[in-house]
Amino acid sequence: MEEAIIRIEGVSKTFVTADNTVEALKNINLTINKGDIYGIIGMSGAGKSTLVRTLNFLEKPTEGTVIIEDKDLSKLSEKEIRKVRTEVAMIFQGFNLLMQRTVLDNVCFSMEIIGKSKAEARDRARELLRVVGLESKEKAYPSQLSGGQKQRVAIARALATNPKILLCDEATSALDPTTTKSILELLKEINAKYGITIVIITHEMTVVREICSHVAIIDEGVLAEQGAVEDVFSHPKSKAAKKLVFMINRSTPFMDGRRCIRITFSENSSFEPVIANMVLEYNAPVNILLADTQDIGGIAHGQMILQLPEDEAIQEKMIAYLKNRGLEPEEEEWPCD
Amino acid sequence: MIIVGVGQTLTMTLVSTIVAYLIGLPLGIALVVTADGGLRPNKIVYKILDIVVNITRSIPFLILLILIIPITRFLVGKTYGTAGTIPPLTLAAAPFIARMVESSLREVDGGVIEAAQSMGADTWTIIFKVMIVEARTSLIVNATIVLGTVLGYSAMAGAVGGGGLGDIAIRYGYHRYQTDIMLVTVVLLVLLVQIMQVIGTRIATKIDKRNI
Repeated sequence: MEEAIIRIEGVSKTFVTADNTVEALKNINLTINKGDIYGIIGMSGAGKSTLVRTLNFLEKPTEGTVIIEDKDLSKLSEKEIRKVRTEVAMIFQGFNLLMQRTVLDNVCFSMEIIGKSKAEARDRARELLRVVGLESKEKAYPSQLSGGQKQRVAIARALATNPKILLCDEATSALDPTTTKSILELLKEINAKYGITIVIITHEMTVVREICSHVAIIDEGVLAEQGAVEDVFSHPKSKAAKKLVFMINRSTPFMDGRRCIRITFSENSSFEPVIANMVLEYNAPVNILLADTQDIGGIAHGQMILQLPEDEAIQEKMIAYLKNRGLEPEEEEWPCD
Repeated sequence: MIIVGVGQTLTMTLVSTIVAYLIGLPLGIALVVTADGGLRPNKIVYKILDIVVNITRSIPFLILLILIIPITRFLVGKTYGTAGTIPPLTLAAAPFIARMVESSLREVDGGVIEAAQSMGADTWTIIFKVMIVEARTSLIVNATIVLGTVLGYSAMAGAVGGGGLGDIAIRYGYHRYQTDIMLVTVVLLVLLVQIMQVIGTRIATKIDKRNI
């Protein structure tokens, strides 16, 4: 039986500034179960960073509430909220380490806050530095570390107080792909080993695909879609989801050519598999950017926009090939910028 | 006489700076904490502190010196000499320090403060374990500037019998036309500022772990 650990109930957040009002979140409802790795994805400015900050009440919602386990955060005093925060750790895009403290003392910081003794904190900090693979760096200062190492220190610091939830706010966005992968591996390991529920805020679909079990898509402050990652990926329903999924699918077999042509099929040309034959003939792929059928004067007309390979010689040959089959290829502008 | 003058100048400068920090540091912290977007935003408190600091900052030191003579007499029993200079120096330096502290603390990365909040830190922990520690280099650099300014003010107090090198320079150099003595005091004042500056910068660099 799946057990809810975070319940976001009707959360709205409005920012009022001197000259305008911004509705960052509009009536968000979301349940995150214990042990999930839950991705919250959206374009920048969609409100996802605000949403994650309502989970530990760094941002108080204008309406609605967040319930962590059984605790309704909107009903707690500041002191009680601080107590909850020691169980809901957070890591950030900018790492946010104390620059004037050593790595070891940075990890100890979260334990100082909960009043752990210095000796005890140091032992635990060393243990966690081993978990994140930085035991040799305990005396170093953050300025001496790479981005990936800094994030590892931040993770160790976050784990030091034995939190039940780990919030990651664009935690890998400042890192290169290889480092991102290793940090995600570490998060996966932590989730499996300690059973910590992880909430990942990101604008990168690859991050979600890599590690998340569930995903919620936030678009312009609204929860557009949510569900298991495979469902959302294979059957995206909302426009925002389609946009995100489409982006990633297209980027997989990436084509560099920018020359496009439009061809029109009429009834007599649709019996021969023209495109497939052409691809086989020249041994080069084309990308179908658009395919459409239109009813023009009672006759079905098929339309297609093809992205041609980068090689100009092949482009010309393909155009000649299509002309030969009476398809009248027309030059088309690159539609994807 | 000159040695005594150096001693008096140093005493005035250091004692008033230290006492002024006891007032200016909390004041500076309060300004940052109550400011819009601070840890405990409070428009009214901020505005009051802001105005008080601005008013005291805008009174020229020589005028302040004379203006607060009754207070000085009440506090130290006399209005001349080293002791008589310390209260006006302190009063002049405190708001200046408050502004310096405010600007140092504002430099602390908001993300680090947010991280501390996310770990459940309370306001006091954030002030003392995050803000002051992270801003320490800037605080030391600014303290050096404060010392130099207070030293300059202490020499000004010489005009009204304040003691120290400024007093000697005015009495001998101005009233008695003994240019040589005046030059010596000027050289000594320059040297004192230089020494403070070198020590301050060295400490600031030594404790800064951001670029090692």
